[in-house]
Amino acid sequence: MADTTESHGADGATDAAHGAADAAHGGAEAVGMPQLDFSTFPNQIFWLIVALIAIYMILNKVALPRIASVLADRQGAITSDIAAAEELKLKAVEAEAAYEKALASARAESAEIIAAARQEIQVELDEAIAKADAEISERAAQSEKAIGEIQAGAMESVEAVAKSTAGEIVSALGLSADRAAVDGAVAARLKG
Amino acid sequence: MADEVYKDDGLVFHPMDQFIVTPLFGGTEVHWYTITNVTLWLALAVAAIAAMMVFGTRGRATVPSKSQSIAELAYTFIHKMVEDVAGKDALKFFPYIMTLFMFIVFANFLGLIPMAFTTTSHIAVTAVLAMGVFLTVTILGFVKNGAGFLGLFWVSSAPLPLRPVLAVIEIISYFVRPVSHSIRLAGNMMAGHAVLKVFAGFAAITAVAPISVLAVTAMYGLEVLVSFIQAYVFTILTCVYLKDALHPHH
Repeated sequence: MADTTESHGADGATDAAHGAADAAHGGAEAVGMPQLDFSTFPNQIFWLIVALIAIYMILNKVALPRIASVLADRQGAITSDIAAAEELKLKAVEAEAAYEKALASARAESAEIIAAARQEIQVELDEAIAKADAEISERAAQSEKAIGEIQAGAMESVEAVAKSTAGEIVSALGLSADRAAVDGAVAARLKG
Repeated sequence: MADEVYKDDGLVFHPMDQFIVTPLFGGTEVHWYTITNVTLWLALAVAAIAAMMVFGTRGRATVPSKSQSIAELAYTFIHKMVEDVAGKDALKFFPYIMTLFMFIVFANFLGLIPMAFTTTSHIAVTAVLAMGVFLTVTILGFVKNGAGFLGLFWVSSAPLPLRPVLAVIEIISYFVRPVSHSIRLAGNMMAGHAVLKVFAGFAAITAVAPISVLAVTAMYGLEVLVSFIQAYVFTILTCVYLKDALHPHH
């Protein structure tokens, strides 16, 4: 509301000015179109031409060359950036190929190393197995010998026990027996 | 003040008062050299254009600032228009067309400031602009093409008996160009501002005031659109006329 009253106040002010202007123009009616008040034409045309020349000067001498050069610079920057990006992309592809190659050779090398290590281990393993086998067979031979001795020992003991038992049995039966005869008989029997 | 208007003889509107040319520093006579409100608003348009196109682009940045973007947008907009409509060889007229566009668009928008004086609402201003274009295009057409420029009026694609008739129509339409060119702009500006003022006048009646304020707002939005569109239309028609001068054969 305040706004409208204000503008009306301004209306009043321009009204007054209008009236004054009309009075100056020989009392022409105020309601006409100010656009058709030809007495103001020279003034408008003069100042318009001044303004147009000023704008033309500002634009043609300063603004347009400046904007044109900025746009050209930007276009150049974009073009060179795209070229650089293209180059970098090419380099990246190259790098990727090199990387793939390096990776493949590394894989081959590692496979080789693994195979060599496996072979080495196999050799060592075989050696160890052979050594172990020899030891086992030696131990087994020793054990066999010991068992043989124990067996022989046992047989001897059995013979001695049998001889003494037979002698005792014979004497228990009230017979006197020749020790040598008994032994001979027992030995013969055991061999049976 | 509103009461007084209301009391006198109902509602009194002065929608045309905003277009009166008055001397700024006293006096009543408007001589050709008098500093008037026209001078003031033309100077403001020049200042605004300088601010946007020179001050706004002072950074010359490859990555533009906001103000530089706007200046570049205006530049590329008109540059592309000239190139697309009038052809590559019309680009040497680009500074002139840019001057026209920048002046009209800024005068139109400055006129939308409340209490402003709209220089482009005056037929004296738009007629100078339109006659400038008309004379330039006509002289350029004859200088570039000689008598061949008259081929513009001789529609060679039409059947022979029709051609003289079409030539008359073409000639009439050619000479009507500056009239329509200038009255279109001045008429649009004047009508829009007058309607705004009439709607504002209704705000003196309390009951209608809210509707009036809404209507003024809506009209103002429309006028913002019209301000740009009329500048665009004036410029693109200039390009079309320029194309006729450079390439008169249909």
